[in-house]
Amino acid sequence: MTGQRARFRRRQTILRRVVVTVVLVFFFVPFYGMLDFTTKNLATGGRSLQTWKTLLDFGEIGSTYPDLKSGFIASVLLAILTPAIMLMLLVPTMTWVRLRLPGLSRTLEFICLLPLTVPAIVLVVGLTPIYAWVTYFFGGATVWLCFAYVILVLPYAYRALDTGLRAIDVRTLAEAARSLGAGWGTVMWRIILPNLRTAVLSASFLAVALTLGEFTIANLFSRTNLQVAMFLVGKSDAQISVAVAFLALVFAFVVLFAMSFVGSGKAGTSVFARLRRTKKETA
Amino acid sequence: MSEPTTTTTPAKTGQGVAVRLTDLRRTYSGVNALDGMSLDMAPGEFVALLGPSGCGKTTALRCLAGLEDPDSGTITVGGKDVTAIPTSKRDMGMVFQAYSLFPHMTARENVEFGLQLRRQKSDQRRRRAEEMLELVGLTQHIDKYAHQMSGGQQQRVALARALAIEPQVLLLDEPLSALDAKVRVQLRDEIRRIQLDVGTTTLFVTHDQEEALAIADRVGVMRAGQLQQIAAPEQLYSSPVNDFVADFVGVTNRLAGTASGGSASVLGGSVALLPGSAGPGPVVVLVRPEHVTVAREESGNGSVISASFLGAHGRVIAESDTGEQVTVQVSSAAVGEFAPGARVRLVATGEPALAVAG
Ligand SMILES: Nc1ncnc2c1ncn2[C@@H]1O[C@H](COP(=O)(O)OP(=O)(O)OP(=O)(O)O)[C@@H](O)[C@H]1O
Ligand SMILES: [Mg+2]
Repeated sequence: MTGQRARFRRRQTILRRVVVTVVLVFFFVPFYGMLDFTTKNLATGGRSLQTWKTLLDFGEIGSTYPDLKSGFIASVLLAILTPAIMLMLLVPTMTWVRLRLPGLSRTLEFICLLPLTVPAIVLVVGLTPIYAWVTYFFGGATVWLCFAYVILVLPYAYRALDTGLRAIDVRTLAEAARSLGAGWGTVMWRIILPNLRTAVLSASFLAVALTLGEFTIANLFSRTNLQVAMFLVGKSDAQISVAVAFLALVFAFVVLFAMSFVGSGKAGTSVFARLRRTKKETA
Repeated sequence: MSEPTTTTTPAKTGQGVAVRLTDLRRTYSGVNALDGMSLDMAPGEFVALLGPSGCGKTTALRCLAGLEDPDSGTITVGGKDVTAIPTSKRDMGMVFQAYSLFPHMTARENVEFGLQLRRQKSDQRRRRAEEMLELVGLTQHIDKYAHQMSGGQQQRVALARALAIEPQVLLLDEPLSALDAKVRVQLRDEIRRIQLDVGTTTLFVTHDQEEALAIADRVGVMRAGQLQQIAAPEQLYSSPVNDFVADFVGVTNRLAGTASGGSASVLGGSVALLPGSAGPGPVVVLVRPEHVTVAREESGNGSVISASFLGAHGRVIAESDTGEQVTVQVSSAAVGEFAPGARVRLVATGEPALAVAG
């Protein structure tokens, strides 16, 4: 009995290690390839740090590759604006529908999941006339891609927030708060949002990840975000482009990693704490 | 020699206020949840609303809380018309059937929430929260989160939270129905004690008649969106106005009889009839089990079907020779006498009862 269980445990541990190793290899082989390529001296065949020197010379890089600088700034702004707009749009709407218009919840779900079924190219065709207006009102800056990106992240964000809203009794909590004298703003800010923290975090997480990796729409709209900039630079200098891609990956990883700790003021609510807890429970 | 100390709780809100619901109507897609419901509550009174599922109890309470808008009718609290005032301004403490503590706050923070909204200073808030949690007997759990407490404890915190704001009216919608029987009895008695202590006018919704009769000053019985009768528990039990109330509150025998001149002959005895009874002529008389006697007698008028021991008393179910089933309350010591099949004499003792058309 106990021997069998121990054997099962052992086998599970081995399996877990194998999975982790495979995943790590899967992630690190490209990293290794990128590092290898960017440190090659293409002329002599030896090693050279020239590419990295160029790239990390922040004074110079902006003027040598202006696209890269503007693309980077645009992507950072997009990674802030997109989740912000998405949250401002979705959290109150979804809460309100749950509280007051439960009949509309199917419709809302359908609308939010719709972008999933529309290919990017079709989306661009559809968005073109709208972006004529956006350009007219706001100008042609890349950051205004955030509107398109909000649509793009809608399905994922909806799912994440929906899970969060399902986990709490929104109606009763809101009614309890209101009977204690809270207005709707207070209900949202002090009661609903704190209990949705994990959901809000994972929705933002997805939005940031998607924004930082988006190429198709930006390219088709001829706007320069980081991905497009890398593509443009890659045409003239492949090594710089790959080095930037490497940095972008690291950057995205750091941002996402940091995000999972941001806002988790109380212990035990961050994504990682949850992972740890699940692991402990299954172990 | 010291004066006898009267325990004054700082929670005291002084006198409660009068509440009046007048002709409330509320329709949900064709269903009349409230169909001309009127209710008067005296200051400081504890009223329980009782009725079968779906009769509109919750709707009435939610209208009073402002969580639901009546289609027509008015609600006044302390003489002031509050029908159009939103929930957040009505100043009503509510305890819900579902657990409603804010999950991200401790018991103390939950209780302080309403006080914070009323801009009380933080030390004042703290003290008040501690007092309230002491009042409901949770001093040791003051820093716990909802998920660290039992259902009964959570409902106590919810009660403390509702009372902390010194509400004009306390509203309780089946706050005990998710708890097990023992905790339920314990907490309901405690709710009554606290309510008497603070003197807040209270509306308590339940579908458990025992609960309603045990703690309320007056019990209102509802049916299909209307209040059938509202009276003190013993009065409701002894003088129901119709057979719905008689049936719903306590156990009742429906016995055929003949009415004439304010009394009816039932089971070979005579029973005085309550005002509002049907008659004269053939009627059905609603007789309580404790208003029938049963005794072993070979030449009696019925035979025993079963007898059961219920703790404080016993219950004999017999069938009269006219084919009616009669439930009789007996002392628990006597249960053993009534073996199934034994011949007995059943006699109505004559306490006033209601007769309805047969
Ligand atoms: N939001 C709603 N939408 C549609 N119908 C409703 C709604 N709320 C209540 N009703 C209907 O109104 C009637 C009264 O409901 P209410 O909740 O007041 O009953 P209740 O007496 O509290 O019953 P219970 O003891 O089961 O809680 C029911 O027929 C119910 O179906
Ligand atoms: Mg109800």
